[in-house]
Amino acid sequence: MLNNFGAIGILLIFAIALPVILVTVPKLLAPRKYSKEKGTVYECGMETRGETWVQFKTNYFLYALVFVAFDVETVFLYPWAVQFRKLGTFAFIEMFIFIAILLVGFWYAWKEGALEWK
Amino acid sequence: MPQFGSDIFLLIANWIRGLFGANTYAADVVMDIVKFIMIYVVLVLAVMVFVMLERKVCAWMQLRVGPNRLGPRGWGQIIGDMIKLMGKEDFRPDNVDKWPWALAPMFFLGITIMVFAVLPFGRGMVPVDLDLGIFYILAISALSVLPVVTAGWASNNKYSLLGGMRSVAQMISYEIPLVFSLLGVVMITQTFKTSAIVEAQQHVWFVLLQPIGFVVYVIAAMAEINRAPFDLIEAESEFGCGYFTEYSGLRFGLFYLAEYANLFLISAVAATVFLGGWQGPFLPGWLWFAIKVLFMVFLIMWFRWTFPRFRVDQLMHFGWKVLLPLSLANIVLTGVGIYVYQLIFPGIGG
Repeated sequence: MLNNFGAIGILLIFAIALPVILVTVPKLLAPRKYSKEKGTVYECGMETRGETWVQFKTNYFLYALVFVAFDVETVFLYPWAVQFRKLGTFAFIEMFIFIAILLVGFWYAWKEGALEWK
Repeated sequence: MPQFGSDIFLLIANWIRGLFGANTYAADVVMDIVKFIMIYVVLVLAVMVFVMLERKVCAWMQLRVGPNRLGPRGWGQIIGDMIKLMGKEDFRPDNVDKWPWALAPMFFLGITIMVFAVLPFGRGMVPVDLDLGIFYILAISALSVLPVVTAGWASNNKYSLLGGMRSVAQMISYEIPLVFSLLGVVMITQTFKTSAIVEAQQHVWFVLLQPIGFVVYVIAAMAEINRAPFDLIEAESEFGCGYFTEYSGLRFGLFYLAEYANLFLISAVAATVFLGGWQGPFLPGWLWFAIKVLFMVFLIMWFRWTFPRFRVDQLMHFGWKVLLPLSLANIVLTGVGIYVYQLIFPGIGG
């Protein structure tokens, strides 16, 4: 009996193969003709000004922090959910205390304006 | 229970297994390869149908004619488009970051194909029935933000860069409601296995037990795959084509393919988790599954041609301040509901 994740490994080869095939086909069929104008950056016909690769202000830095907190929470919540009925009352109440603590943090982030897009 | 033994695909699978006799290991490997080739077929066919369906639905909703020249009622158009796209030059602009630029669309499609492994296409027709099914779907599909931001950055185009940056903000915001909306179902079924989740819906679909979860899932999933009204990262009127502005030919086609494959994916997950998967009377399971997926796809297209596009701040506001508390409330409600249910009917396990 082949291990389930062994099958996923075979699928990985398939998942790499299809894009490679699809990229190779136009190499055989399509014309290849270079021109300088085609190689320029697309900007609705205008010349590009300045660099593109600059330091970019990520507006969502605070969102990302809140996201990490909740993402870690999901790591705890999923195993809890799958064993939810067997664990009984104790785990049930405990997990809601855990969610409540996170909600306090969420409320604090909300109050401090971390969830405003500026 | 209707008789599914005559299901044509299962008969073919049994016949192939029979060819190998006692050598079950070889039979498994060959069956896996056959299944994965079927994934290719399903993916390409589904995308062809969806692209055409989108144009037809759009035309129908806007009282236009839509494509009607090639083939019967214009349905041959997609084959013509595909041949045209294969013959187009795959042009690389001068100043792009070569390898990330070239690989991003390929990764995007590859990731999407990976997720197809655990979808239950019919009774006994799950390509790889992982115990971690739902978790696997969430984990792999969360990766799809990476090719988008890579393409945006590597294109050396300001439109693309903005699109890529917006995509990260959007995807991390809607990831959490998406994950939490499926949690309620896992709490009821006590399993991640997709086939077991479908089995559990024999009597009642989870859309009835988890209406909030279903609504949150559909909205968050639409935002995850950047469908309108959440298509901020490729907003044509704001910046060209977003992260794939600099792509042409079949590399652009890869993005297109992956996007519609993702549409199939979220519809299929919604059909599996909330709409009962292949459960249904009279018809074979895979046909029910196809009908439910088509219904979900139609619903999502309907949204696209009904609602105007969100603004960025509205989008973030909606994700964090409406969907996230709603999905958390859904978890608490589900927990309390199951608890009360068990108190009333202590003997019933399921």
